[in-house]
Amino acid sequence: MAIEVSSPDAAQVTEAIRVSVPEAGLRQDLRAVNIVWRRELIRFRNDRLRMVTSLVQPILFLFVLGTGLGSLAGHGLPHGIDFKTFIYPGVLAMSVLFTAIFAAASIVWDREFGFLREMLVAPVSRSALVIGKCLGGATVATFQGLVILALAGVAHVPYDLGLFLTVIGELLLLSFTLTAFGVMMAGRIKQMQAFMALTQMLVMPLFFLSGALYPLNGLPAWLTVLTRLDPLTYIVSPMRHAVFSHLNIPPQALHQIAPGVTWNGWEVPVGLSLGMVALMGAVLLGIAIVEFRRTE
Amino acid sequence: MTEPVVLVGDLVKRYGEVEAVRGISFEVQPGETFGFLGPNGAGKSTTIKILCTLAEPTKGAARVAGFDVVKQRDMVRRNIGLVFQDTTLDNYLTGEQNLRFHADLYGVPRAQLQPRMRQVLDMVGLWDRRQAEVATYSGGMKRRLEIARGLLHAPRVLFLDEPTVGLDPQTRSSIWEYINDLKQREDITIFLTTHYMDEAENCDRIGIIDHGKIVAIDTPENLKASVGTDRVQISTANDEAAIKEIKDSFGLDAAIHEGMVTFNVEEGEHFVPRLFAELSQQIRSVSVARPSLDDVFMSYTGKTIRDAEATVGDRNRAHMMAFRRGR
Repeated sequence: MAIEVSSPDAAQVTEAIRVSVPEAGLRQDLRAVNIVWRRELIRFRNDRLRMVTSLVQPILFLFVLGTGLGSLAGHGLPHGIDFKTFIYPGVLAMSVLFTAIFAAASIVWDREFGFLREMLVAPVSRSALVIGKCLGGATVATFQGLVILALAGVAHVPYDLGLFLTVIGELLLLSFTLTAFGVMMAGRIKQMQAFMALTQMLVMPLFFLSGALYPLNGLPAWLTVLTRLDPLTYIVSPMRHAVFSHLNIPPQALHQIAPGVTWNGWEVPVGLSLGMVALMGAVLLGIAIVEFRRTE
Repeated sequence: MTEPVVLVGDLVKRYGEVEAVRGISFEVQPGETFGFLGPNGAGKSTTIKILCTLAEPTKGAARVAGFDVVKQRDMVRRNIGLVFQDTTLDNYLTGEQNLRFHADLYGVPRAQLQPRMRQVLDMVGLWDRRQAEVATYSGGMKRRLEIARGLLHAPRVLFLDEPTVGLDPQTRSSIWEYINDLKQREDITIFLTTHYMDEAENCDRIGIIDHGKIVAIDTPENLKASVGTDRVQISTANDEAAIKEIKDSFGLDAAIHEGMVTFNVEEGEHFVPRLFAELSQQIRSVSVARPSLDDVFMSYTGKTIRDAEATVGDRNRAHMMAFRRGR
């Protein structure tokens, strides 16, 4: 080291590697989105434990709940339809639920461990940071969904490319919206414990009210209202629609077990349903960006 | 006269009812190493936060590298490097991944990245450890990696907020070797905060900050000269008699400190010959010390920096509570 310092061309070496940082702009922001996104993937890849633990719950639901309740709940289903098949779309949604929220929680970690500061003092727009984070969470969560998707055969769901692409698209949409929700919360809640407690409190009701485990028709009025208010309903229903339309079920039976979301008797089209989720994701993302623009 | 690289005018920062910074003004010239010296909670970190665009001033203005810290944030951000007192590294990434992340956020051109990364990592002696996860680094290595990262995009100003706090003395001095080495190699202005007197000695100029105000600002030599008096310590055959005689013949108050007769006097080295000539007690040893920055801090604030820390602890708690309520 010391020899290098005193050598006459040390200064020239410094000169040669003069760094010129370009003007801020879209290209710069895209590069920032990309690296924030990639960091999520790297960290996920290094964190095998998290990969395994977040799969435990959906697999429990599919195998244990699906099999155990199957003998009981099976009677309500049309002949030949396994209860596991019925809850499969809901379990898919569940598999991304926890991972997406956990990805957003990493912002709270980043704040506690100081890394958030490294991002906040960078000369890039706040939206690039938030979008990168949300895309990262969405990708990681969808990976988890893919594992459950690979178990389709167990639930007697066919390995069909069209079906898989549809479901993957829907999982991406769901996990992006969930991560945006989590990032928005992380903008307000600075402590990890509070964040975890609050999300736990929200996530389970969201899941149970989404119709992931039961059909949306024939419910008591109060539950009907609550299920229609749950945003998760509007993604679980299109996913069930996609899965069940690839099974050989008579139309009447299909309507009985996958009735779609209705508002006062009017069936909400799949497109509108997905559009509402996308709109919600965009709004949450916007709020998150505004929150990260604020300074002390 | 070149344009100052940091220009602060009448800066005020209030958190709720607590005024953390109470109207400070100063300039830092290009290439200077400028230090804020003061106890914890004096307003050093708050000022740095404002200069780094992490906080907005309540009143007043500040320009860094020629850009306004409120209106031209991105331009300021592009021209500064930061090392905070708490680590801001991702422990789960390797040293190299941390630098790459930084390079992408700051838009360091890809062609320049590899050589520049090598240069900054060599500078702090971490090139060989770049593939290791940061979690395996020691505290000193982490701080060095942060310095390297702060330099990666060739900023014009490097902010070091308490760069050696929490490190052992040996690591502290090695960090300073890196910083001094860096001044040789890079055309850079360094702005640092510290509450260690010995670190402040490394600065070209020091601003002494207490209770959110700058009480003195000058080179370490001038500050020490401004105290005026040197500290003289003698040991004699009869210290008690010597103290009385010093009082009677010279009008100076002496007392026993560290087992020696101690007193302060202007131009100590000129005084000592008179002392030898006129004091009837035999002098066995003598030492004359120039004022330290401790004496400087004492003379401007009326307390030692350690006393100040003790009282500031209470202020800080009040500050934190106000801060939380304000949120």
